[in-house]
Amino acid sequence: MRPIEREATQAPDAPTLRQVRLVRGGVFAFNAGMSDPASPAADAAPSMDDLLVSVGRDRDRVAFAALFGHFAPRLKAYLRRLGADPVGCEELVQEAMLMVWRRADSFDPRQASASTWIFTIARNKRVDSLRREHRPEIDPDDPALVPDPAEAADRMIEAAQSTARLRDALRTLPPEQAELLHLAYFEDKPHSVIAVERGLPLGTVKSRLRLAMDRLRKALRDEQ
Amino acid sequence: MTLPRHHPGEALLLDYASGLLAEPVALAIATHLACCPACRHAVAEMEAVGGALLDGLEPEPVAPGSLEAVMARLDRVDARFAAPPARPSRPAATPLFPEPLRRYAGADGRTLRWTPMVPGMSCAVVPVGGAGRSGGTAAKARLMRMRGNLPMPRHTHAGVEITVVLDGGFRDELGAFARGDLSFGDASIDHQPVADPEGCLCLSVTVGPLRLTGAVGRFLNPFLSF
Ligand SMILES: [Zn+2]
Repeated sequence: MRPIEREATQAPDAPTLRQVRLVRGGVFAFNAGMSDPASPAADAAPSMDDLLVSVGRDRDRVAFAALFGHFAPRLKAYLRRLGADPVGCEELVQEAMLMVWRRADSFDPRQASASTWIFTIARNKRVDSLRREHRPEIDPDDPALVPDPAEAADRMIEAAQSTARLRDALRTLPPEQAELLHLAYFEDKPHSVIAVERGLPLGTVKSRLRLAMDRLRKALRDEQ
Repeated sequence: MTLPRHHPGEALLLDYASGLLAEPVALAIATHLACCPACRHAVAEMEAVGGALLDGLEPEPVAPGSLEAVMARLDRVDARFAAPPARPSRPAATPLFPEPLRRYAGADGRTLRWTPMVPGMSCAVVPVGGAGRSGGTAAKARLMRMRGNLPMPRHTHAGVEITVVLDGGFRDELGAFARGDLSFGDASIDHQPVADPEGCLCLSVTVGPLRLTGAVGRFLNPFLSF
């Protein structure tokens, strides 16, 4: 699997994270001082989660530009793999990023990482635009929703830590599992078609996917 | 409130999380999710995997000027959504159908057009996707209502069928199915479910075998396909 790149791939027209930090240094220093005077947070580049929170809370355009620099090229890769044509793809990426701007105030870093939250936006955008369907989703505030009896701190994923564990687990996944996982997320094909194309029995495709998901779940839950 | 005991299984949840299911099938899964915190949690974990995979994708440079174009549109977005419309007011009583089913079929399906099928059993098409929106998939969603204690005729059919119980329940070789329980059946199964004494109302989604992915499990094939 390819190594996960972070800052090396900023779009040339996006401010780098470092510039963002310089512009926003006062804010971060202030926040860090409020919670923990000894915190090194003021020296660290803000994470994608921090940036997305700033966009939601402060309508922070510099933070948004940094998010764009990181995510727009990845959204383009995602949408291209799932069938968007090169021209339409640019518009879809822009629309997805505008959705990020519009909805950022609903982002809760205790529930999901910025990558996860933006993945769900891109996924739904693709269903809307390329498949021209709606994406049926639950409404968390629906009175008819059966509440989670265990909904509490113990189920809240400690997003920053679990994201790091998940990344490590992805990096060390056996290649044959990683490949199928990519296909499951990034190719609009039934598992049976994937199996035929790879010359694998359907059961093998499913068991590899299951093994991959088991490992990743354990990483998320810190059960390793 | 009892929690469901019959779940979609990992493959269908993964296809839902990755956004690859046809809309009627996704509607059946989401209806189960509204009743099943455990499967909601599983989907949230699968979305986290999707986020990490997105992060690891080889980036493709966007067109020059793309960022400027988006930045220039932010003000317009802000203006358009400055005053978000108030959420629709909640009904006083808890509706029978959870979201997202409610926005397709109303609070209890009563406003749909019901057609009798056999004595004691009727069905109503759930409008999923407008004309030309369903992308040519063969999937169809219907509500089915069965009178109490009614045994269904034995049957098999060519496609697959996903059933989610909304009210009442049924029983078959695999056990009792109550609100929120999801059953999955294909042509290999021939059986005879019987509605509970209070009757059964369920969402039934039929789909051509090639559209459905992740068809794991030998569950059951309840009720008529037509
Ligand atoms: Zn479930």
